[in-house]
Amino acid sequence: MDIIVQLFGVSLFAAGIRLSIPIIAAAIGEVFAERAGILNIGIEGMMLTGAFGAVIASYLSGNPWIGVLGGIFLGGLLGLIHAFASIHLRISQIVSGIAINIFALGATTTLARLIFNEQRVQVAAFKPLAVPVCSDIPIIGPLFCQHAALVYLVILIVIITNLVLFRTTLGLSIRSVGENPKAAESAGINVMLIKYACTVFGGMMAGLAGSFLSLVQLNLFVDNMSAGKGWIALTAVVFGRWGPIGTALGSLLFGMVEAIGLRVQALGLPIPHELLLMLPYLATFFVFIGLVGRTRPPASLAKPYKRESL
Amino acid sequence: MNNWRDRTLKSMKFQGMLLPVLSLLLALAVSAIPIMLAGKNPLLAYYEMLLGSVGGQIRIGVSLTKATPLLFTGLSVALAFRSGLFSIGAEGQLYMGALGGTMAALYLPGLPKPLLITASILAGFVFGAIWGLIPGYLKARHNTNEIITTIMLNYIAFWFISFLVHGPLREPSAMFSYTYEVPDAAKLPILIKGTQLHAGFLLALALVFLTYVLIKHTSLGFQLRSVGSNPEASHYAGMNISRNILVTMALSGGLAGLAGVTEIIGVQYRLSDFFSPGFGYDGIAVALLGANTPGGVLFASLFFGMLRAGASVMQRRIGVPSYTALIIQGLAVFFVVIGFGIRMLRAEKQSKITVMEGPQ
Amino acid sequence: MAKQVQSMLEMKDIVKRFGSVIADDHVNFDLRKGEIHALLGENGAGKTTLMNILYGLYKPDEGNIFLNGDTININSPHDALSYGIGMVHQNFMLIDVFTAAENVALGSWKPGELSMDPKAVERAILQVAQKYKLEFDPAALIEDLPVGVQQRVEIVKALYRGARILILDEPTAVLTPQETEDLFRCMRELTADQVSIVFISHKLEEVKEISDRVTVLRNGREVGTFDTQSISEREMALKMIGRNLDTTPKPPRETQARNFEVENLVVWNGGDQNTRRISFEIEKGEILGVAGIDGNGQLELANAITGIHPAKQGKIIIDGRSINASQQTPFDFTRFGGAYIPQDRKNTGLVLDFNVAENLMLKQFTRSEMVKKGFLQHKVIWENAARLVKDYDVRPPNPELELGKFSGGNQQKVILARELHQEPVVIVACYPTRGLDVGATEFVCKQLIYQRSRGACILFFSNELEELINISDRIIVMHRGEITGSADPENVNVESLGLMMMGKKEGIA
Repeated sequence: MDIIVQLFGVSLFAAGIRLSIPIIAAAIGEVFAERAGILNIGIEGMMLTGAFGAVIASYLSGNPWIGVLGGIFLGGLLGLIHAFASIHLRISQIVSGIAINIFALGATTTLARLIFNEQRVQVAAFKPLAVPVCSDIPIIGPLFCQHAALVYLVILIVIITNLVLFRTTLGLSIRSVGENPKAAESAGINVMLIKYACTVFGGMMAGLAGSFLSLVQLNLFVDNMSAGKGWIALTAVVFGRWGPIGTALGSLLFGMVEAIGLRVQALGLPIPHELLLMLPYLATFFVFIGLVGRTRPPASLAKPYKRESL
Repeated sequence: MNNWRDRTLKSMKFQGMLLPVLSLLLALAVSAIPIMLAGKNPLLAYYEMLLGSVGGQIRIGVSLTKATPLLFTGLSVALAFRSGLFSIGAEGQLYMGALGGTMAALYLPGLPKPLLITASILAGFVFGAIWGLIPGYLKARHNTNEIITTIMLNYIAFWFISFLVHGPLREPSAMFSYTYEVPDAAKLPILIKGTQLHAGFLLALALVFLTYVLIKHTSLGFQLRSVGSNPEASHYAGMNISRNILVTMALSGGLAGLAGVTEIIGVQYRLSDFFSPGFGYDGIAVALLGANTPGGVLFASLFFGMLRAGASVMQRRIGVPSYTALIIQGLAVFFVVIGFGIRMLRAEKQSKITVMEGPQ
Repeated sequence: MAKQVQSMLEMKDIVKRFGSVIADDHVNFDLRKGEIHALLGENGAGKTTLMNILYGLYKPDEGNIFLNGDTININSPHDALSYGIGMVHQNFMLIDVFTAAENVALGSWKPGELSMDPKAVERAILQVAQKYKLEFDPAALIEDLPVGVQQRVEIVKALYRGARILILDEPTAVLTPQETEDLFRCMRELTADQVSIVFISHKLEEVKEISDRVTVLRNGREVGTFDTQSISEREMALKMIGRNLDTTPKPPRETQARNFEVENLVVWNGGDQNTRRISFEIEKGEILGVAGIDGNGQLELANAITGIHPAKQGKIIIDGRSINASQQTPFDFTRFGGAYIPQDRKNTGLVLDFNVAENLMLKQFTRSEMVKKGFLQHKVIWENAARLVKDYDVRPPNPELELGKFSGGNQQKVILARELHQEPVVIVACYPTRGLDVGATEFVCKQLIYQRSRGACILFFSNELEELINISDRIIVMHRGEITGSADPENVNVESLGLMMMGKKEGIA
């Protein structure tokens, strides 16, 4: 009984929220990209690059917020490359994404060694922020009001993006592009611009997610530190039926699984820690299997679009 | 009517081979920049790299040894991609293959060498094939997207092996977490004395040839290509799509499994969770660079093997870090993908004639 | 006669090339206020291209467009709409999962307008809809609306955006004769309100009935512009194809034994409660034409017979062999002598990445002379291809060339070669002449007639009534997954045919 309390205490949920933020951020970006018809398998690489960029920028400037900007910038840059490859060159979006992942892994590993020379350099990072008044309330306080600033930023983004996608004309335009780009084009919507913008936004959010990993969770850059979170984000998008709120909830679910695993480890329970580390991936696997066939992606997802005129 | 074969060789095929080569050269050129920034002479660096990869029997042995696992995983991924399946699962499949092979080697006592090796290799193939059949079945039956399932299975396989080598299979007195060493009877024969080059390399070469024959000259290969290109038309033509998917994932998984088992009984002799520095993911790079063809995979694997062998020498002799190899690899894949895109675009512009129902 | 009426819109000397093909070759076109101007020509003549230029989807290589005397530049549909030019395409540009109102309003907002007031939009839509009697439920999802109503949404969409020039691209292709009359009525109302309409078509009677003037295009060139009243259908046909419309001669036939039967097939999955059963039979050497609007179960029927998507229940009898319909497979269909010419050449019929030789042997990938013990016999495959390419006049006659590089007509020939050369017992042909020009169309019809005289049973789906009447020995009509009636092509009553296409059942003759 004692163990249950220790396991499922408030701090577990707070940890779950914290661990889910990078997934949420990356997934929200992917929601927009996929709603515009672009599948971005390269999220993993963009997160990794974002993490790297954030560390570099923070290292050079001493300011974690500059670090975040650095991460967002690099993520957006890769997003632009993916957009160009997918939209202009009409390369298979899956191949382009995979190539970006390969490239990002190689580049970040190499550059990190090059710049940091095998040292684990600590950089300026985010400390948890206690929101006044709110953080003193029992239970609610530690659960919601004692997170790093980035957490609040991401939650704000979730709310705003949900409004934009479903309540504004911009959202209608984006969704029309993802469903039937020809129809959108015919209605006078600038399909190319929307596809580019959403893909770059996806990259930027992945970069933001990466920044979170390296500046909030860990304070440094580790080889391949995204550890598959990008893939989990892709699943969260399907889980959330391509809507920001649902996606955020799905990401939270995965974050909680990871938190439970870590907590069980910390409590010293006799479960091998490798199996606990396996949990998030196992959970994602089964959730994904259960989802497929019950959800309907945007109709033109991953299909190359050709503007009729040349 | 044999001139059509000659003509085929001269046509797109040749052009297609040119592109990866060009991408490699471009990647080498671009990678010269960071080398220069580090204050070293790129030409000298590349020369040392070349020497380090093919300068002498020992170095060639190192190159080929490093290329061997990539040959297997490259073939694995190329086969899957060619059949329209974006399987990213080579890494997990090779881990499971390594597990199967190691267990066979350790726990089948008393078998004479040839039989033990065969059993081990077979076990590796089977374990890998099973790990490939899981996402294969899900795709065939429920159309579950294979990208996500294979990736998750990679992590699951890794942590499972990790659990085993830290726990039940661990050799207690060892410094690191790994299994007992496989008996001598299970170790693959070495091809060049003084190197680590093992018979697995020959097996890989044989498989390159077999894959080529499969794709070009068999009905099964024809079906795989057809389903990979257009499942709907293939279904109408009478092909069994589900069966094709299962066969592909089994073969692909098995090939990756071979990468795992040959690495253990050929080089490392113990199963650990760090035995693969990402051979499975490298296999994807190799497949992309090799345009999903067996010949291309051979070329790309040899190149990557040479790159890595040469890079460590380059680091020792000139001080240019060996991870430069990673950048070159990444760039090469990048350029190849962009290059294929541009080529397709140009081909499309030329054949605009098919968009219009023009007069005949 | 002096030109009394000034043209509101003029397209002068328009040239549009795609690679080495000239789609529009110095075409002139003008439009007067309040007129219905038909653009007539066969498939590939350049009509749709010309109008796509007007609507901003293509940019002309040469030429100018004038609106009320001023040169205008149309770089996108957005520009076209701002000039009051709207277009209803052959394939509707609608988002299935949006409501009708969302579709109409799509893109109509001004920059900076963040959100729309749904009620205001609905009111504005209803205003337009009621004015021209183009009514529909704004809150309905497009995927729930029948095709005729979807077309209304498309027209209202253009009008809502302020279009005073309306381009209709082959609008009657998806309509029954009665719905076509409704459309014509609506068009007359629009022109009474001084809206100008461009009516793209290849159907002579319709052009004759509804248009004020007609411009004929042939092979990208403008043959001329005529007052519809002063030109006959025969003359229009002559100008359209350069010679008289040739109906493929069909030799007479005697009644023979039935060789293909379908019994109580249940295929319809249009969300209905009732299962609809289909039964019919075809005699040896008979062409059974199936009339009906697209989307009334034709594809499902073809899929059921060929086994691509088996029926839920029923029986299929080919050449005396009876098969449980729910267990039909494409492999067995072929094995028992079936041939299929699919509606969707590129996705169902061919592997575009494969070359001609590979496509020709696509169905023979096991146990034939092309494959021995699992190995492909390249020499045999090549010889087979070389022969078929010659027999079926595939151009260019190069078996190594990838199918993606061939024109639609030649792609169809490859399919015909593959399906027909093995003397099939039954042929299922779905809209086999769609998208083909006259030469290719003639070739297809000749092949089918030849197979008919050989004794094959042919099931021929089409929505071109004229073609059906020409080719078929008997006609049945499909509506929502069942057969609503039949007709004799020799004494066919178009009006009753139309009624059957809309669901009114007749006694099966």
